[in-house]
Amino acid sequence: MYTKDGEQYYVVDAHIALWDARPENQRNVHGKQFIDCFYDYHRNLSPESEVWGYEEYLYQGGERLMRDVFADGIVDHAVFQPARLAEFYHRGFGQTEEAFALAQAHPDKLTYNHYWDPRDGENGLDALRAAAERMHLTGVKLYTADWHGESRGWKLTDPMAQRYLELSQELGIRNIHIHKGPTIRPLDRDAFDVADVDHVATDFPDLTFVVEHCGLPRLEDFCWIATQEPNVVAGLAVAIPFIHTRPRYFAQIMGELLYWLGEDRILFSSDYALWTPRWLVEKFVDFQIPEDMSPEYAPITVAQKKKVLGLNAARLYDLPVPEHLRLPEADETETGPREPAAADLASV
Amino acid sequence: MTAVLPRPATRVDEAAVRAALGTVVDPELDEPITDLGFVRSVAVEDSPDGGAVEVHLRLPTSFCAPNFAWLMVSDAHDAVSAVPGVGRVVVELDDHSDSDLINRGLAAGLGYRGTFGHEAEESLDELRATFVRKAHTAAMERALTALLRADPSADVRAVTLADLPADAAEGLRRRRAALGLPAGDADPVLLREDGTRPDAADAPTVLRRARSVRISVDGNAHFCRGLLTTRYPGSEADQTPRPDDRPLIPLEVR
Repeated sequence: MYTKDGEQYYVVDAHIALWDARPENQRNVHGKQFIDCFYDYHRNLSPESEVWGYEEYLYQGGERLMRDVFADGIVDHAVFQPARLAEFYHRGFGQTEEAFALAQAHPDKLTYNHYWDPRDGENGLDALRAAAERMHLTGVKLYTADWHGESRGWKLTDPMAQRYLELSQELGIRNIHIHKGPTIRPLDRDAFDVADVDHVATDFPDLTFVVEHCGLPRLEDFCWIATQEPNVVAGLAVAIPFIHTRPRYFAQIMGELLYWLGEDRILFSSDYALWTPRWLVEKFVDFQIPEDMSPEYAPITVAQKKKVLGLNAARLYDLPVPEHLRLPEADETETGPREPAAADLASV
Repeated sequence: MTAVLPRPATRVDEAAVRAALGTVVDPELDEPITDLGFVRSVAVEDSPDGGAVEVHLRLPTSFCAPNFAWLMVSDAHDAVSAVPGVGRVVVELDDHSDSDLINRGLAAGLGYRGTFGHEAEESLDELRATFVRKAHTAAMERALTALLRADPSADVRAVTLADLPADAAEGLRRRRAALGLPAGDADPVLLREDGTRPDAADAPTVLRRARSVRISVDGNAHFCRGLLTTRYPGSEADQTPRPDDRPLIPLEVR
C-alpha cells in the first residue's frame, strides 16, 4: 500500500522476474548480449541514485527480490513473468523453481506465471498440463522472439499456438501476457507487429491479452487493435521508466493509452529487475501531464492512477483489494468499443 | 608501341563517403544513420582500383531487429559503392547478435535471402514500404499540427500541400512519390492510408491515429539515440540533434 497526500494506493507490480544471467549460466555470447542490453536500458532510464552495479544486475536471488520489490511496503502484490531464453542460458533466464518456491512461500504477495512455446509441440502441451496442475497457473508470459533451434520467433496465429491457447483456456490460464521481440519467422515482416494479438483476442474472448510494453515500439498499432478488442490490455513495463528521463514522452504515451483504451485497461509494471518498483510508484503518483499539453490530454486523475497502479491488475488476478479502496469501472472511451459486437473502426 | 595511359585516378575523400551514408535512413526512425550516430568509422585508402572504403556501423543494442539492421547495412553498401572513384567496399556491422551472419552475407554478395536462408521468404520490400507509410503518416501529422498551432481554427481536412511551408510540403511530396500517393499542390495533406481524403466525420480520427504513429516514431528515435550513447560513451558527439520539426511537442488538434 502506498499512501500520499491522504490517498491510499493498492499496488500490483504486474511484471517482475527472478533471472540468472551470471557468466556460469550464459550459454553463448548471446546470453551476455542479452543482459548487457537490459543493463543499458537500466542505466539509460534510471535516476542516478537507482543505478546498480553490473555484477549485482546479473542475479538478485529471492531474498533480495523480496527486499527490492516490497521495499517500504509499497507494493502489495507482484506477478512473475518469466522468459525462458533456453538458447542463451544453460538453465534458462527466468528461474522457474526458485521463483515458484518463492511464490509458494509468499502466496499473499506473489503470483507465479509460467510460459509456453508452441514449438515444443505435443510434449509441450503435456508439460503445460502438468505445470498448470502443480503451479495452479492463472497466467502465462509468452515471448514471441525466443529462439528455439533454427527458429527465432513465432506468431500467436501459428496453428500450434492456437492449440496452446485452447488448452490454456481449458486449464483456467486466463491472463496471456505477450512480449514481442526483434525476431520472427519470416524476417520479411515486422517482428514487433501486434496484428496477431488482434486475431487471437477475437478468437478467445474469455482470455485477457496483456501486451507488454504497451506495444512499444509499435504503440500506434497496439492502440488501434486495443480499441477494437475489449480483452486487450496494456502493460507498462519499459514504458513507465520514461517518466524520469523523458517525462514529456511518457505523458504522450499515457495520454494516448487513456484516450484509446481508457483507464481500466492499463497495468503498472516495473519489469523488475530491469528497474525497481519503489521509485516508479512514487514518481507515477506525483506525475501529471505537463500544463502546456493540457489542451490535448486531460490531467490524470487520482482514481485513474489507483486503477493503473493496482486495481486493474487485481481484477485480472482476483486479488483481495480492501473494500474501501475499490473503484467502479469507467464508461467506454470515445473511441470504444469495449464490447466486440460494437462498431468496427477498421475502415478509418 | 602503344602506351597504356593510366586512368586518371579519382581521389575519393571521406566527406563524399559520409555524404553517401547520409542518404541511408533508419526505416523505423525515419532519420539518416549519420545523424543518429550509427556510423562508427569511415576509412578511405587509395588503391589501383579506386578508393578502398571500409565503413563500420553500430546500433543501440545487440538485438536491434536484424531485418532493419540488414536494410541499413546493405543500403550503406549500395550508397558507398555508387560514389565515383570508389573501388572495393567493406561495410560491417559491429557488436550485433547477427554481426557474423550479416557481415559474411554482405561481403559475399548473398543478398537478403542468401544471407538469412530459411528465415527469409521473399524480400524486405513490404517491410520497407510499411515504414515509408508510417514515416509519411508521421510527417503528415507534424505538418498539420504545426499549422494548427498557428491557426487553431484551421479545417485540417481542407489543407492542401500548397498551404504548407516549402520544406514540410517537400518532405511529404518525397514520401508520397515513393508510395504513389497524390502529391499535387491541390491535393489534401490529410489522407487515409489508401490515399483518399477522409470525410468530415472521420477526419479527427484519422489525425488522431496519425498522431499515435508520430509519437511512436519520435519516441523510438529518442530512446534509440539515448541507448546508443549509453552503449557507446562519447557517441553523442557523432549525433546530430533531431530536427526542429520533430520535437516532442504538445499537440493540439481541434
